[in-house]
Amino acid sequence: MEIPYTVVARRDTGLWNAKIGIWLFLASEVMLFGGLFSSYVFLRMGHESHGIQWPHQALDIMPGFINTLVLIGSSVTVIMAWASLKMRKYGAYKVYMTITLACAAAFMGIKAFEYNKKFSHQAVLLNNGKIIYGHVHGEGHAGDHSQAGGHAAPAAATTPAAPADHAAPAATDSHAMPAAPAQHAHEGDHAAPATQGGTVVIDAEAHGHDPAGQVVVNKDDIRHIGPLVPRFNNYFGIYFTLTGLHALHVLGGAVVLGYFLFFGGSMYRKNPEHLANRVEVGGLFWHFVDLVWIFLFPLLYLM
Amino acid sequence: MAESVEELKKQIKIYIWVFVALGVLTGITVWVAYIDIPHPWNLVVGLSVAVIKASLVALFFMHLLHERRLIYRVLAFTFFFFLAMMFLCILSFHSHITIG
Repeated sequence: MEIPYTVVARRDTGLWNAKIGIWLFLASEVMLFGGLFSSYVFLRMGHESHGIQWPHQALDIMPGFINTLVLIGSSVTVIMAWASLKMRKYGAYKVYMTITLACAAAFMGIKAFEYNKKFSHQAVLLNNGKIIYGHVHGEGHAGDHSQAGGHAAPAAATTPAAPADHAAPAATDSHAMPAAPAQHAHEGDHAAPATQGGTVVIDAEAHGHDPAGQVVVNKDDIRHIGPLVPRFNNYFGIYFTLTGLHALHVLGGAVVLGYFLFFGGSMYRKNPEHLANRVEVGGLFWHFVDLVWIFLFPLLYLM
Repeated sequence: MAESVEELKKQIKIYIWVFVALGVLTGITVWVAYIDIPHPWNLVVGLSVAVIKASLVALFFMHLLHERRLIYRVLAFTFFFFLAMMFLCILSFHSHITIG
């Protein structure tokens, strides 16, 4: 039995089936990503209203910028693929669809590169939200400036973690945020008072306005030490969640478009207008994925 | 959607121009990030540019400019609920309910 209104539009709505279907689906997707964007707003407003720093420019802008252009380009090629099908130019359709899939692969590749860079990056998170990028060099002693500890870096990385874990439950009450810790994190701090937990020396990398060099930090001021993975802080949690879900959507969209590319021949021969409609619907999903990235890029990379 | 070849060729010209506009706006987005605009206006500017880009994609690439009324009605609901989700955050921060 032939399903009606796959090509011919219904008289009452003026739409064929898949058009309504995809827009309803995209409406639900708006709520899905909208919920996560809402979480981002909550987290960021929560941090800033309690005086905890929200990381600025924690991500390399260039890969994000390139990814934005790649996705916008792929949006253009997918719509050119649809237009080619409507004009019954099957060869041009295949070329444009291939370029679209190549852009999808490039996006995923750049994302994988970015994720890997973050996962293999160590950093220290302070109670006031400030991140010091770099490895823990060793333990310092109260009152010392930039003294290299006698411990090897991996051993030193574990010892500060123990007092930091005990300090963490107390530190989660972010209302009791002393202003003093912010000063201790600066390089060249001379009057580091003797605190209970001792100090830690970090080989800080240059980042933003902070120069490279050794930084002495009180153990009590440290919230977390580790690689830049989702559990590092709220910023990276929401970053990996948002971009991870988005990347899954890119993958899913690429699978569907790939199906239309590789198995489109028989569909084209049977009913070319139906294939054009299917490609249009797949293209609508692809444009939505591009749209989400257009919002993700400034929110996560630039602000 | 019976579109003639001439109509499609005109649309393709529009698609190319929208692509150029999106490229320029992306460049502006990055450029604005490097200028020190006071908070919260940096967010306003960044999000405004993002909304303009999103509108271009939605209206031209997704054919929303010439869509049927039923689609507009579905999207009106979506837009309303999306705004509601964003404004929930503001409501919660102005709440007088505290713990303890």
